[in-house]
Amino acid sequence: MTAAPTSAPATGGAALADDPAWAAAVPRIGRSFRFQWEPVQNCHVLLYPEGMVRLNQSAGEILNRCDGQRSWAAIIASLEKAFATSGLAGDIAAFAGMARQQRWVEWD
Amino acid sequence: MTIAPESLGAPALSPLAPSPSPLAGLASVLDRPGPPLWLLAELTYRCPLHCVFCYNPVDFARHGQELNTADWLRVLREGRELGAVQCGFSGGEPLLRDDLEELVAEARRLGYYTNLLTSGVGLTEARAAALKAAGLDHVQLSFQDSTKEVNDFLSHTRTYDLKQRVAKMIRDQGWPMVMNVVIHRLNIEHVDRIIAMAAELGAEYLELANTQYYSWAEVNRAHLLPTHDQLKRAEAVTDAWRERLAGQMKLFFVAPDYHEGRPKRCVNGWGSTFLNIAPDGTALPCHTAGMLPGLSFPNVREASLREIWFDSPGFNRFRGTGWMKDPCRSCEHRERDLGGCRCQAYMLSKDVDAADPVCSKSPHHHLVQAAVADAERRAVTGEPPAQPIVFRDRASSLKLTPCGSSGAGQSSN
Repeated sequence: MTAAPTSAPATGGAALADDPAWAAAVPRIGRSFRFQWEPVQNCHVLLYPEGMVRLNQSAGEILNRCDGQRSWAAIIASLEKAFATSGLAGDIAAFAGMARQQRWVEWD
Repeated sequence: MTIAPESLGAPALSPLAPSPSPLAGLASVLDRPGPPLWLLAELTYRCPLHCVFCYNPVDFARHGQELNTADWLRVLREGRELGAVQCGFSGGEPLLRDDLEELVAEARRLGYYTNLLTSGVGLTEARAAALKAAGLDHVQLSFQDSTKEVNDFLSHTRTYDLKQRVAKMIRDQGWPMVMNVVIHRLNIEHVDRIIAMAAELGAEYLELANTQYYSWAEVNRAHLLPTHDQLKRAEAVTDAWRERLAGQMKLFFVAPDYHEGRPKRCVNGWGSTFLNIAPDGTALPCHTAGMLPGLSFPNVREASLREIWFDSPGFNRFRGTGWMKDPCRSCEHRERDLGGCRCQAYMLSKDVDAADPVCSKSPHHHLVQAAVADAERRAVTGEPPAQPIVFRDRASSLKLTPCGSSGAGQSSN
């Protein structure tokens, strides 16, 4: 197996951003995935049973911070600081919703 | 080895196929091939089972000595240096190698995602714990009858008990529950019960892989090829379950190319993704490529994986589209299917450069149509196939492949 993750319970990014509890949640990499840097491919990847998702730089930076220690709020702050910018919350919420749907990340 | 080669290469299931996510996707075909992202270590052809659809070479009993531990450790290191991310341990039955834990530990240490492809026969709680400690990421449990009573596929108590036990061990170790069943004429009517059983065992992924007709499955094709109606029913049953189990289990139905009229890419493209190391160290672009005459494939005892992957004539032989002749050469789908399966082309047309005869444009397509028509006819008449079914075992292997007839591409040492 197996296919790239395609379907899972529907929790869209938009809905997530409207959920006030969301930013306090502490995400970790999904149980069936391993997240790592691949020098040969020059990108972060998610590995799962017999499969791989190549991540672009933004996705890699976000998932790199999903360490089970930091809340989404802290991750947003960290990224805004690292990239000297602001207003990332909406984009990150959208990514978080998608990533949870794909089970790349999970939180309680 | 117990699963169909499709498991590793079908577009629908291709492990490394572009993901639907906008964040993902593989680089397109480049002039220089990308890394072999998938390294499959076929540790042994020894197997306690005798599956009639096994895709190990029919002449497996004539192959040379298995690689030793040190050789395998070197292969793992070289593969990882090339950029391989997925490492599969299969066979035969890989649990028959008592260095499996050592190999898994090294693979994990090197950064591979490690997959064990097993029938579960020989897995004990102690061994499962040792494999977990070694860092094994995932077990793919395949279902098949462990006896010669193929027709008792599901009713066979011993098989059922074994899978129950092994499924529990997988759960206890916290591995994702991934199951694979090769589907054929003798079990396709049981798809409903197969899915129910997988759900009961807690499967998160279930792959229903229609048999691909290579190796032993080709020998037994008349016994295994289902009818159109059987396939349609099985697919409908699968679709209904997929809806019911949404969010609980992902169900994959690998369509059989004989009935589709469209060829599939060979393991995601010859020499593009997949690197198979046979038990004797022969490096192959797919499990069965050793059967192709006129090609030679290096042995890891004699060459590095880097030389093999990038520079060997065998791996370069069918890369890209330059090797094609018509109808492939001028076909609008040539980049999509890359001419289909080279082994199937050779088996059916005796021409390694021919279009895959499952393609409706192939001048040999009538051979595939005739096989399907025969399956349809016998479903009506109830007439058994002319040849008795052949189980994959050493004696049959020797009998079917007289001395000296071993695949032209296989290393003989």
